[in-house]
Amino acid sequence: MFKTFLFGLVLGVIAAFAAVYFVPVVDQARENSVITVLPNGGNAESYHINIPMDRVAVGAAEQPVPLPPGIEWPDDFATSSAELYKVRNIHDAVIGVASRVVIDNGDSGNAIEWVMHFPARGSLYVSMRTQVEAGQQRSGAILSGTREFSRLSGEVTEAYVPLEGDDELRRGRIELVSSYRSIVGEES
Amino acid sequence: MKYLIALLLGFLAGVVIVAALLIYNPTAGTTRLSPLSVSSQSLLQLSYSGVTERSIAHTNNGESAAKPYPAKILQLWEAPVRKTDVKVANLLDARGRPVGFGIKYMSDSEASNLLQGKAIVDSAWHVVLPGRGSFFIEQSENYWGYLRNVVLPAHWSSADSWKGNWTGNTTAGPGALGIARVTGGSGEFIGRTADAVEMISARAYSTRIGPVSLEGNLMIELHSEDTLVADEQGE
Repeated sequence: MFKTFLFGLVLGVIAAFAAVYFVPVVDQARENSVITVLPNGGNAESYHINIPMDRVAVGAAEQPVPLPPGIEWPDDFATSSAELYKVRNIHDAVIGVASRVVIDNGDSGNAIEWVMHFPARGSLYVSMRTQVEAGQQRSGAILSGTREFSRLSGEVTEAYVPLEGDDELRRGRIELVSSYRSIVGEES
Repeated sequence: MKYLIALLLGFLAGVVIVAALLIYNPTAGTTRLSPLSVSSQSLLQLSYSGVTERSIAHTNNGESAAKPYPAKILQLWEAPVRKTDVKVANLLDARGRPVGFGIKYMSDSEASNLLQGKAIVDSAWHVVLPGRGSFFIEQSENYWGYLRNVVLPAHWSSADSWKGNWTGNTTAGPGALGIARVTGGSGEFIGRTADAVEMISARAYSTRIGPVSLEGNLMIELHSEDTLVADEQGE
């Protein structure tokens, strides 16, 4: 019987090691990336945020209706603001989260920045130009990317598009279009 | 029948031995010393509270020990964001004065490996210091030491809680020596790169509400020489 116990023990050790080795601890859910190849080189990807449905939080001074209820924005940063959103792909599936921050840098002027975080892919850090361009859109440069985006540079445009209809959860959308190009060749 | 019971008991003992080996793996230790502590460059030190109720906002899937705050914040329940926490934290300087806010994204990483003692979280900080500027921190963090020394003992305790004093360096990359990468965005940080390390100090944890006393520290090494990181800022 002791030999049977030992056999079971060895079997248990092997099974446990095999389970730990082969079964992934984390398996992030993924949506297919919908990427367009640009005619002048590089790729483009579109995201959008449904307003107000995808607004997670708004950190700003003197909000008439705080979002979420109970949020307290520090008075020390009253001239800066931050917004948190869920980000969707063109199939309207949530694929990540993002923050849009307006920063009062005093004498250096204001800055507008986005960080888009896609758990299965990586993050993008974008600095927008403060001037609004034609078509009520604003553009900016990708300053940094992580993981899948670490070897990419490019531009991002943002535009707010009001939507018609009675859907109170989709009164408008923020459209974000990223155009990427590889920086591998530029580094060498 | 008795042979079957002996086999099952042996199997169970084998599984327990492996679990004990993984938990008490001596090669998977916690780094307590920051690689930046020997730096000759000037350091920017920022601290924040890891307790959700002391954040400006904190959201996740709503099922984690750390509950979303404020309670009615939109939760991240969709599958692609379900393993992600987002925290908006007040950032304090070394003297405890509020100097800015930071948004931290934390996603469970597929690089986690229990055999190697890696409970990896891919995280990114969007740090804003109004009046000074902003920057972005990219890092992968290893929470194995925190899980092993704080969270597991809390689950094993009959009081469902842990009290003590544990400090560890969570930053595990992407830079060599386990250093995070910093990219300047605006103000005085524009066009600069830097290194950073994040450390956490835990004093109390509850299995019901998550961290009860937890402080995080970001140490950012400001290089004296500016490094241009993006030549396309349109400036």
